[in-house]
Amino acid sequence: MKLLTHNMLTSHVKGVTKGYPLLIKATEVKVNEVEFNPKFVCRMIPKLEWSALVQAADQLGHREDLPGELVPDYEKNEDFLKKVHRVLLEVEVIEGSLQCPESGREFPISKGIPNMLLNEDEA
Amino acid sequence: MKLKELESCLQQVDTFEEPKILLEQYPTSPHIAACMLYTIHSSFDDIEGKLVADLGCGCGVLSIGAAMLDAGLCVGFEIDEDALEIFRRNAEEFELSNVDLLQCDLCHLEVETYAQKFDTVIMNPPFGTKHNQGMDMKFLHTALTMSQTAVYSLHKTSTREHIQKKANDWGVKMEVIAELRYDLPASYKFHKKKSVDIQVDFLRFSKA
Repeated sequence: MKLLTHNMLTSHVKGVTKGYPLLIKATEVKVNEVEFNPKFVCRMIPKLEWSALVQAADQLGHREDLPGELVPDYEKNEDFLKKVHRVLLEVEVIEGSLQCPESGREFPISKGIPNMLLNEDEA
Repeated sequence: MKLKELESCLQQVDTFEEPKILLEQYPTSPHIAACMLYTIHSSFDDIEGKLVADLGCGCGVLSIGAAMLDAGLCVGFEIDEDALEIFRRNAEEFELSNVDLLQCDLCHLEVETYAQKFDTVIMNPPFGTKHNQGMDMKFLHTALTMSQTAVYSLHKTSTREHIQKKANDWGVKMEVIAELRYDLPASYKFHKKKSVDIQVDFLRFSKA
């Protein structure tokens, strides 16, 4: 699971009103090289929940010096875009779980794939 | 990448070992997948550098093709663990770093969850026959909420009028890009013939 994907994930356990952002508990994290596409990163940034991204990177120990607030004029800031590229696409959670912030329900991540399926009584 | 090249790559993608009837696991043939993706890419520029979702991705032939055509990232959504495991191995063999996978039930998604997060949605949804009536429309509705630009999907030609009506209700534009003959190999026991040809529309939906 990449953090770009994580940034969009919400828990939908019955009764939960704000199942976002999911807390990441990782036991295995990998960094895979992905070709840098500044245009793509630029287009993704406005769609992101920035604070959730920073928090996720932090939980994985990969925040480095990613700022808590989005920097102005990031379109021209290649250094910044490279950092965002890295946390969005290169850092991957292989094993661990995602926890719903409200209900505490955990969703396992195995071989890089989060299992967001709910039991019948949770849906 | 040329169409022929894409198709021959997609022929290397492994598919369902034991298709599950309840999930309507019909594989998308490499030929159809390549033609779909190539058209989406060359006629509409909806893949390269885009955030793409593949709903009911199965073993991943569409996602893998989209990744090869340089999608920024393609996220595959699938309920079935066995299909996902095959997809994961496929992605590994092709050494693709721009795909991600999620196990989830699209029927349980709340509509606004991924609202317009994705640029493009591609899918070969269950046709919604047999045990799954209405499933094709559920997938389509979800896809439309998820995409900002366009949804590309395969549907039985016999349902075209119904889908057009729905598209009008939802305020989206529907175009028939191609009419295909979907050669369904006799994957299940209830298919008595060796293979069954069905008429399928390749549709594009966009926000009007």
